[in-house]
Amino acid sequence: MGIYKRLSISQKQIVWAWGLLAIPIVFYVVVRFYPTANAILLSFQEWNLLGSRNWTGFDNYVKLFSDPTFWKVFGNTFLYLILGTPSSLLLAFVIAFHLDKLRFMHGTIRALYFLPFMTSAVAMAWVWRWFYQPVPIGVFNNTLATFGIPQIPFLNSTTFALPSILAPAIWAGLGFQVIIFMAGLRAIPQTYYEAARIDGISAWETLTEITIPLLKPTIVFLVVFSSIGFLRIFDQVFNMTTNDPGGPLNSTKPLVLMIYDTAFNSFDMGYAAAQTVVLFTVLLVVSLLQLRVMRDK
Amino acid sequence: MAFSDTLDTSKKASALRNSARRKRSQAQFIRWLLLFAGGIAMIMPIVFMLSTSFKYPFEVYNLNLIPEEPTIENYTYVLEDGRFFGWFTNSLLIATITTICNVLFDSLVGYVLCKYTFPGRYIIFIAILSTLMIPTEMLVIPWYLMSSAFGWLDTYWGIMFPGLMTAFGTFLMKQFFETVPDDFLEAARIDGLNELQIWWTVAMPLVRPALAALAIFVFLGNWTAFIWPLIVTNSQEMYTLPVGLTTFSVEAQVEWELIMTGAAISTIPTLIVFLVFQRYIIRGVVMAGLKG
Repeated sequence: MGIYKRLSISQKQIVWAWGLLAIPIVFYVVVRFYPTANAILLSFQEWNLLGSRNWTGFDNYVKLFSDPTFWKVFGNTFLYLILGTPSSLLLAFVIAFHLDKLRFMHGTIRALYFLPFMTSAVAMAWVWRWFYQPVPIGVFNNTLATFGIPQIPFLNSTTFALPSILAPAIWAGLGFQVIIFMAGLRAIPQTYYEAARIDGISAWETLTEITIPLLKPTIVFLVVFSSIGFLRIFDQVFNMTTNDPGGPLNSTKPLVLMIYDTAFNSFDMGYAAAQTVVLFTVLLVVSLLQLRVMRDK
Repeated sequence: MAFSDTLDTSKKASALRNSARRKRSQAQFIRWLLLFAGGIAMIMPIVFMLSTSFKYPFEVYNLNLIPEEPTIENYTYVLEDGRFFGWFTNSLLIATITTICNVLFDSLVGYVLCKYTFPGRYIIFIAILSTLMIPTEMLVIPWYLMSSAFGWLDTYWGIMFPGLMTAFGTFLMKQFFETVPDDFLEAARIDGLNELQIWWTVAMPLVRPALAALAIFVFLGNWTAFIWPLIVTNSQEMYTLPVGLTTFSVEAQVEWELIMTGAAISTIPTLIVFLVFQRYIIRGVVMAGLKG
């Protein structure tokens, strides 16, 4: 205590800062940095949890890149991204753009769109799974049948299953995107629109020349945020295909499900770790690429 | 003559204005109608889930939203099973403790990084921020190994420890502490408060909206978390609600009214929270989204 009292104010600050940060630093080192290093290390080893960890160099990666299932899964993961991000953003923008111009029951309608965001992905995966069942169980096929339209084998077909699983993911995230878009729209000064009106600029041009360029930071944020979400899709796939995880014929299996299978069903820890490193790299590259492209535009 | 002329043109003008206004209000009405219909469509899965949870099996395949013979039998069946009660308490406990930890630690770290000058500040900030880029899925295998080495598998601590602090929360709080004037803290220091007291009694009350936003995000995230609880728990007593719901639904197979009841039980609490705190939640989401 005597030593502490003799310190200058700025020295005291240093003591306090490091003292308060001690526990968090231990946490970040033990629960974030060490596991990251361990995952990377493990990806160069072979281990089934029981024996010893053996170094195998790049074997796991070689095995992975020559595994046709991996490429199928890799393709699926990008399909989730490529279908999910643009469609959800476009939908969210259209809704936000019009909802922003609405006064009557604005709050109620906004709440309707936002409500799905508050649900749990697992619970909603089961609700949607029920919707997708064939006649006479599923809501969608029952509705199609009433109008005499042929049945769609949603979750049982290799073509329809992936979009069918994607739909609840888009649905649940839409409200969040609408809210963020509306906040972005509100932040655009009204004077721009008044100037545009005086200059007699058409509504379409106002949208493409004023609204969208000024909304760019919001768009960049949402593109990166939702892309990461779609690339990491798991809960919906796992729960909607419990009888054949990632099926039919691996047509819905994303990278995270492959990682889960490899690690916790086959206990091939090194191979699974290599897959997580690939996932990490993909996420990093995709977000950096998007940030770069969107900034340049 | 001249007078009636101007009257005539002004009449025409006002008629024109009226028709323009009518057109605009028509467009506005169509806009409202479409958005409202879309909003109703958005909540249909939730409505169907709730309505089916009050139906007898024979009525499940009817698409009517209001059950002809409403029953709470599904709920009594699911609750008598007993497991749901345990899963519900587990989820509630885990989400609550994790939320408290995040609110305390993330704001403390954010505060220190924002308001203190000390060597290494920038490096620590960047180090914490960089963990945002590491996906949970990359860490679950090392976390699992760690948990099995320390005997944390199948325990509350095992489920909770990875989420006790988040870089997102730290960054969010740091942004908000920027808005707290340094003079306030200086004044408190002169009044003889120690640093912890200054953080807790002076700075924290000033960022309450941000704390609320953080709490909502962390709670919702932990309430719905799936992959890590799925991996770290073995016994059904330790399951969280989402993991339990998966197990329960796989068992129930084609008894959709029971599955919908389970889904409703895990969804209703967050829906109620939303309906009560709607305004704060939406404001919090915007804050977290734009600043975080």
